[in-house]
Amino acid sequence: MTWLADNWQTVLTLAGRHLYLAGVPLVVGFLVSIPLGWVASRWSRSYPVIITSTGLLYTIPSLALFVVMPIVLGTRILDPVNVIVAMTIYTVALLVRTVADGLNAVPDDIEQAATAMGYRGVRRLLGVELPLAAPVISAGLRVAAVSNVSIVSVASILGVSQLGDLLLDGYNRVIWGELLTGIASCILLALALDAVIVGGTRVVTPWLRAQEARA
Amino acid sequence: MIGSVLAWFTDPANWQGEDGIANRLLQHLGYTAMAVVLAALVAIPLGLWVGHTGRMRWLVSFANSVRAVPTLGLLFAVSLWLGPKIPGDLAFTVPSILVLALLAIPPLLAGTYAGIEAVDPAARDAARGVGMTSGQVLRQVEVPNGLPLMMSGFRSAVLQVVATATVAAIIGLGGLGRYLIDGIALGDYPQTAGGAILVAVLAVVLDGVFAFVQRRVVSPGLTGRHVGGRGKDSRSVAVEADRPSADVRSSA
Amino acid sequence: MIRFDAVTKQFPDGTVAVDELSLTAPTGKITVLVGPSGCGKTTSLRMVNRMIEPTRGTITLDGQDTGRMNEADLRRGMGYVIQHAGLFPHRTVLDNIGTVPRLLGWDRRKTREVSRELLERVGLAPELGARYPAQLSGGQQQRVGVARALAADPPVMLMDEPFSAVDPVVREQLQDEFLRLQAELGKTIVFVTHDIDEAIKLGDQVAVLRVGGRLAQVAEPSYLLAHPADDFVADFVGRDRGYRALGFQDAPRLPLRSERTVLLGERPGTTDAAWLLVVDDDRHPLGWVEPARIGDRPVTEADLHRGGTVAREHGSLRSALDAALSSPSRRGVIVDDGGALCGTMLAHEVLTAIEDTDRPERDEADPVHGGASAVHDAEGAA
Repeated sequence: MTWLADNWQTVLTLAGRHLYLAGVPLVVGFLVSIPLGWVASRWSRSYPVIITSTGLLYTIPSLALFVVMPIVLGTRILDPVNVIVAMTIYTVALLVRTVADGLNAVPDDIEQAATAMGYRGVRRLLGVELPLAAPVISAGLRVAAVSNVSIVSVASILGVSQLGDLLLDGYNRVIWGELLTGIASCILLALALDAVIVGGTRVVTPWLRAQEARA
Repeated sequence: MIGSVLAWFTDPANWQGEDGIANRLLQHLGYTAMAVVLAALVAIPLGLWVGHTGRMRWLVSFANSVRAVPTLGLLFAVSLWLGPKIPGDLAFTVPSILVLALLAIPPLLAGTYAGIEAVDPAARDAARGVGMTSGQVLRQVEVPNGLPLMMSGFRSAVLQVVATATVAAIIGLGGLGRYLIDGIALGDYPQTAGGAILVAVLAVVLDGVFAFVQRRVVSPGLTGRHVGGRGKDSRSVAVEADRPSADVRSSA
Repeated sequence: MIRFDAVTKQFPDGTVAVDELSLTAPTGKITVLVGPSGCGKTTSLRMVNRMIEPTRGTITLDGQDTGRMNEADLRRGMGYVIQHAGLFPHRTVLDNIGTVPRLLGWDRRKTREVSRELLERVGLAPELGARYPAQLSGGQQQRVGVARALAADPPVMLMDEPFSAVDPVVREQLQDEFLRLQAELGKTIVFVTHDIDEAIKLGDQVAVLRVGGRLAQVAEPSYLLAHPADDFVADFVGRDRGYRALGFQDAPRLPLRSERTVLLGERPGTTDAAWLLVVDDDRHPLGWVEPARIGDRPVTEADLHRGGTVAREHGSLRSALDAALSSPSRRGVIVDDGGALCGTMLAHEVLTAIEDTDRPERDEADPVHGGASAVHDAEGAA
């Protein structure tokens, strides 16, 4: 891998940008999907509406969404903001359903016990329901993270710079080292994000570790 | 900007010929169909087998991990590797179809497996107990009951392919992606946006068609859409199957 | 007839679920396998239709080794009912019932007919035939499960805790209807339950298994109650054994006393009695009233005390005793088969009758199997 040895600085810079373009939507999307998912899980009439409309957004192919963003946002096509907004929309579309289903899966008797103790509304959400829904939500988050990394690389076609540049340039100039480095870097970044989420989930759910230890 | 995009759509010249919307649309549909069918030939029997026998479950997790590979990178790599080996125009389509089919396998496999897995164990036990052979249990009980998740996986696969086929235009594949790629290369935004809108509409329409098929094909006993009588907690089952599963959470 | 011959099931990890089980389930009778968790009762049942294969020993069906028969054919000849019904969610109720006939190749029309008939037979309304399992309650689903098992008219039925997953009221109804069905159909039934009361109520023969899969005792219910083979069985059968055993003994001719009655709407007339029995025009007892509170006016419904149970003249000693104990006047009301009053009796009179009856004799030679011989003799004669 001489190519990598010669160009590792570029790779790191691009990786940083890639992390930014994939990560920010992940965080923002996650934060937005929590209240939306909560509404969908709490008021069952809203569930089909919310889920179907976000599902619709998820149906739209990524490249198409990137391209259409300038019309919606009034930005130039090269602007990374297009990518960030589009990726956020994707992340939300994916996670709203996961959050809603995760919250719905919290057993009724636990919810009622919490309410009887005086937990209501947002406090109950934060203190009881979300932690218990964490495994399901975390699984969805992992899927979103890995998908995001892959989708963002496509943005190179629009001129938005990140690891996808290695892929495009490697292809155009037939430099296998560059192409393979690009692919490997994306995979590594995706796996790294995945590991961070898994680790974060373990930190947030110590009771599950106790269960595992007992079994 | 919107005006020029609309103009692109309404120009009749853009609808005819090899580069016309009609042709590109048909190409896109054709490639999608081919890739999905190829993937199905592999993924569905495999998924049925893993779900029915319960063996080699790791195959499903492994297939799901393919998600970490950047699709653009895969397209480029396969194109560079196989392209020179294939004569003529096929050099542009074969690598693409191959990658498309490969990417359609994980959702189809995961969906098929999850569908069979989710069948009520009591129903499975009863099926064996009343005297169905292994094949009969699969055909008469597991598959019909697994259909909601299987169709979910199928719809996921279709969307995955439609999306990737769009990007595959960059390695020479025809279809609606051409408008995006050519438009970007030429700086012709109306073409780019027009292509994007077409792809988006195609994706939504296809998904809608298969959602409709799903509703007809899945037994009312499963969806909760009953003729008369109450449906017990059918809400989540009905909506569960109503949209393509983006992740099919059962593995990993 | 189903026979277990030293049947053993040992799982690969070493656990022995069933240990040298030898048992005969006579034709046309209900044999109940009962015991605590881990006693191998379900495993034993599932070995009959080879859902689980025995490690050692043979199971024969009317003399034929089940191990040599084709699995699917074997199962199609046996009705199989499990705890949560296991109905196919994607098929209508009628189609569920018709599963085995279709597997056997019966034509559609005949299958439909038979399915409809069975639906009625298990006590469900015909409209339910077009519904899906998800639309049915737990009790209804269980009934469909039983109908499905009966559809091809198999001579044998295997039932694994079929009534455990429903609430007690529904369970009792299902049990009563099951007994009624069996009286009509006379199938050879192997029934698994963890509930000793259910076993005693339903079984013609009860086999108690202990943890580890060994047979502790097999006997008729009354024998089981009278002579448990060891401490485990005695404990498992539980308390109130004497009282429950009375349920199996029919009352001999009981000494009845005549009882003065008053019709609803009549005046009580002069009496010193603390309690007076009220009847209707057909001499059906309605309840007791206190003449002191009523005085000179007519008896109305609001005056009735309905506390006492009513026993049939040739019913069990248990019901006679209960009638006496539960009556407000302490006089147990006894009626004939039509429900009309025969007379009353006091608790101590019932107890005297009880003391005069014989308990089943204990088989000193074989405490474990002794109580089963009566059942087998009947089978041998059949």
